[in-house]
Amino acid sequence: MQSLDEIKARAEAAVPGAKIEIVPNPGPANQPSLLLDHEHAGAVALFLRDDPALKLDHCSNVTGVDWLDRKVSKKVKVKKVVDGAEKEVEESQEEFFPGYLEAVYHLFSMTLKHGPVVIRMRTADRAQGAQLPSLTPVWRSAEFQEREIFDLYGIKFDGHPDLRRILMWDEFEDFPMRKDYREPDDYEYEPTPHDEVLEKAKQHYTPRPQLDGAENLTAAQQ
Amino acid sequence: MSDQIDEGLRSELQKRGVWVTSTQELYNWGRKNSIWPLQFGLACCAIEMIATAASRYDLARFGGEVFRPSPRQADLMIVAGTVTKKMAPQIVRLYNQMPDPKYVISMGACAISGGPFKQGYNVLKGIDRYIPVDVYIPGCPPRPEALLHAFMELQRKIDGQKLTGQDKASHLDREQPSEFPVPAFGAHDLEPPSNPNIFRPPAIERA
Repeated sequence: MQSLDEIKARAEAAVPGAKIEIVPNPGPANQPSLLLDHEHAGAVALFLRDDPALKLDHCSNVTGVDWLDRKVSKKVKVKKVVDGAEKEVEESQEEFFPGYLEAVYHLFSMTLKHGPVVIRMRTADRAQGAQLPSLTPVWRSAEFQEREIFDLYGIKFDGHPDLRRILMWDEFEDFPMRKDYREPDDYEYEPTPHDEVLEKAKQHYTPRPQLDGAENLTAAQQ
Repeated sequence: MSDQIDEGLRSELQKRGVWVTSTQELYNWGRKNSIWPLQFGLACCAIEMIATAASRYDLARFGGEVFRPSPRQADLMIVAGTVTKKMAPQIVRLYNQMPDPKYVISMGACAISGGPFKQGYNVLKGIDRYIPVDVYIPGCPPRPEALLHAFMELQRKIDGQKLTGQDKASHLDREQPSEFPVPAFGAHDLEPPSNPNIFRPPAIERA
């Protein structure tokens, strides 16, 4: 299969105006992906599917990712005038990355037996009506998975033929896979709570600080 | 009734060819040996339930092989598997549609308490939050032997039920409800999250 740079160059040539970015993945998987812009995503997807050298006809997996707002602090060397002399001083700078939601598609070719090519799209922000173009018209197999992303992450897919909740009930209002989701507080006694469950248990039982761990909880006074 | 007839006298009469019994004994004997379960499964526990009904474990030995596809013909509801919050109202509705007397076996960790999914957002933390359960079977999933054991426990329970008097069976008591409110789909959870009339959350007990 062609390299990702090659695919990117050919897709940009085939779809005039398309802006494609290569997102590197520094992890052990080393699986970089193509970031598509909303306006041309459908056309680029059609190119990936129909191009005779690629023929990525099988969309095996669609998933959502929630990226919260994050701050990355960096140490930068800055030249400053200290006591009349110019010196290099280390200063920490904070860089702010606004949060967004992401949809990731894994594509394979059944015809040419190659893959995967990973493409992704990002919403502008994490707001309630965050939108992305639907790729269901290109790969029919994305239909249920886009519905699942809509259900659990709250991304609205433009052009999806039947965008409804698929796992939760229609009256449900939350998006459980978002990182800031808090489930309803229906904690029930457990004999050995730990980690997150222990934190929940602490809210329901008065702590006994002389003991460590799970046993330092006692029944709340009724 | 066995507690009113002297057992010795009864067996003496039996030896002479006279069989003494009571309506209650006959009635319960008939009921306990033809328990018809409602035919539905929710998760992997249902596979064990199917195995129990098949020839190797043979639930028919206990009179429970007639799995009914309609709640109107069923005596027993085997809640076999994970009850998701989306499925819970349907389960309660099926229970309400079953005619009295009716019994419930809560099969497996999920049906008892939510099991491995207890801390999740979409699994009901035990079917006993909405309907009364007669026999609980622990296990993930329980083996067919465990389901057979639960079945025999249920038979024992049915055998001991009284038709009259203060402690008569609940289905004969007009005061006892035989239908329970079906929970509604809420914006964040089922509403109500449990039926306070039948469900008391387990309390912590420490010195």
